[in-house]
Amino acid sequence: MTMTANATDFYHSERRRRAIHGWLLLTPTLVMLTAFAFYPSIATVWTSLFSRGTRRNPSEFVGLENYARLFEDPTFREVALNNILYAAVTIPISIAIALVMALWANSKIPARGFVRSAYFTPTVLPMIAAANLWLFFYTPGFGVLDQILSLFGAPSVNWLGQPGTALWAVCAVTVWKESGFFMIFYLAALQTIPEDLREAAEIEGASRWTYTRRVVLPLLMPTTLFVLVNALINSVKLIDHLFILTKGGPSNSTKLILYYIWESAFAFFDAPAAAAMTVIVLIVLGAVAALQFRLLDRRIHYQ
Amino acid sequence: MQGAPFVALRNVTRQWHGRGGVADVSLEVGKGDFVSILGPSGCGKSTLLRIIAGLETPQSGTVHISGRDETHVQASRRGLSMVFQSYALFPHLTVRENVLFGMRVRRAPAREREAKLAEATAMLGLEGLERRKPSQLSGGQRQRVALARAVVSGHPLCLMDEPLSNLDAKLRHSVRRDIKALQRRLGLTVIYVTHDQTEAMSLSDTIVLMREGRVEQIGSPQALYAAPETIFAAEFVGEPPMAMVDGAALGAPDTWVGIRPEHLSVATEGKADLIGLVREVEYLGAETHIVVDHDAARGLIVSATGHADWRPGQTIELTLPAKHRVLFDADTGRNKKDPQQNCGASHRQTEPRDSHTAHHPQSVTD
Repeated sequence: MTMTANATDFYHSERRRRAIHGWLLLTPTLVMLTAFAFYPSIATVWTSLFSRGTRRNPSEFVGLENYARLFEDPTFREVALNNILYAAVTIPISIAIALVMALWANSKIPARGFVRSAYFTPTVLPMIAAANLWLFFYTPGFGVLDQILSLFGAPSVNWLGQPGTALWAVCAVTVWKESGFFMIFYLAALQTIPEDLREAAEIEGASRWTYTRRVVLPLLMPTTLFVLVNALINSVKLIDHLFILTKGGPSNSTKLILYYIWESAFAFFDAPAAAAMTVIVLIVLGAVAALQFRLLDRRIHYQ
Repeated sequence: MQGAPFVALRNVTRQWHGRGGVADVSLEVGKGDFVSILGPSGCGKSTLLRIIAGLETPQSGTVHISGRDETHVQASRRGLSMVFQSYALFPHLTVRENVLFGMRVRRAPAREREAKLAEATAMLGLEGLERRKPSQLSGGQRQRVALARAVVSGHPLCLMDEPLSNLDAKLRHSVRRDIKALQRRLGLTVIYVTHDQTEAMSLSDTIVLMREGRVEQIGSPQALYAAPETIFAAEFVGEPPMAMVDGAALGAPDTWVGIRPEHLSVATEGKADLIGLVREVEYLGAETHIVVDHDAARGLIVSATGHADWRPGQTIELTLPAKHRVLFDADTGRNKKDPQQNCGASHRQTEPRDSHTAHHPQSVTD
């Protein structure tokens, strides 16, 4: 009897010891995540439910009023449409360019190392620096683009200064910046495809194109999904260049949602509106990412 | 090999910066033959196969397949199939799609595809696995799928690059038999690369032994076993390989004397050719290998039938029957084929009783 009691005692204390051990191991991550992810998210949701406090009217609970106000705000609608267009343009184009560049940089070409690092350079540059570079490209009159175009007698264009072209100009910078980054993922994935498969396909009579379409692209699908989710997040997250290039102008034509959130919070000091927008963005991003995983996961082959 | 050879290589060279690869290799393979290219790793045997396949282009020399010069023809147009060591199955495709990949590419009609698929899966025991992905198959099954892919292609020439090397010993045996059965049944011409001499011996009609990019010896398994042309061939073929004794110890200076383990025997009183020390005794059931140390010999292993009662450290006296000795020139490492020389050597080193039968070291009978 004592033996059994002792054994159970021992078992319980051992369990306790292991539980404490486990929690100790979790603590650093838990502290970091709580401080920088969980608490801010909850605080944001909380803030979005209160009115904006002024000296005369202290902030009070207003429920979903901030959200209702947002949907009536024409600027928010414009900004959301801008962002959807921005995502719809930059995501497919940068992924397509990344894939083509990776396929090319993975084949046997001279100066392969140089080509690869050249493609990767935009990723290494800070977005602010890159934006300054592009600002110089776009500058009317003496910018690189204008100088090249003037060689063909074209009139000077203020790419960033007119609502019709500004968003496209911003998209170009993003594509340029992102495709090199995505290329690295594709390049890494391509290098895990054994050479034997290409040779087997070749002996079976498959052309290069057939091999690419029927073997390489399907095997790259896990990477594509990963890149797609990243590109989606970046299409909301990556707005550094707006601060240099356009500041959202002219007349809100290049204003993206995160920039608008920043503006609301730190230029107009309307924290509840900013919080409400943040919550909407989080929900939309989460939903789209979940949808992508759900839809694509079934069709993807993982090694 | 009667008539024109089915596959013929003439003076083929492919090297990288003057090293590796193959140098000046000529080779003829008859239709329906099973030819193994055997050699240690890095001897150029895979390069040779890849040249035949068209995955590698020779710097000089020509490749003829069924009479046509195919030296610069693309792999896909050579009418051959290939089985890889890594199986090279498409991991995202099912067994069925893998086997039919080539036919889909060639746009073969659906009815023909189905018929061929059924035939190939039945032949290789893959029925019921058609919908599996390669990752859901065992190694042996994967290699069978690769074989099925080769079968379905219908090409008369099949190249195999170490197809059994990734399989464990047991599977290796069963897939080996499958390969042989398939080759016989379909009348395939198979060129088979391996570093495993047992595979080469058991499968082939002809073995091409390679060393450092060159052909060391071409011959039937029996010829390679009984009459190796060089010391290298003698020591590469056979399990355990031929033992080499410095001729000086046997009264034949400037010669290496080779002898197969099964021909070494323990001497009766006072008639020993060599006196060595037992280092290791390996009991294998049907036979026992006695590993013997001797200063003038390497790889000295006596293969005794059944159980042999020897202990490490014991002194052992060995006889090397003269008729089973293979003599090699110590300078060139080549077989001394001149029977005159052999007889002379025999005279000096063996007792009279044996001297009359002591010749023909390169005889094919074993």
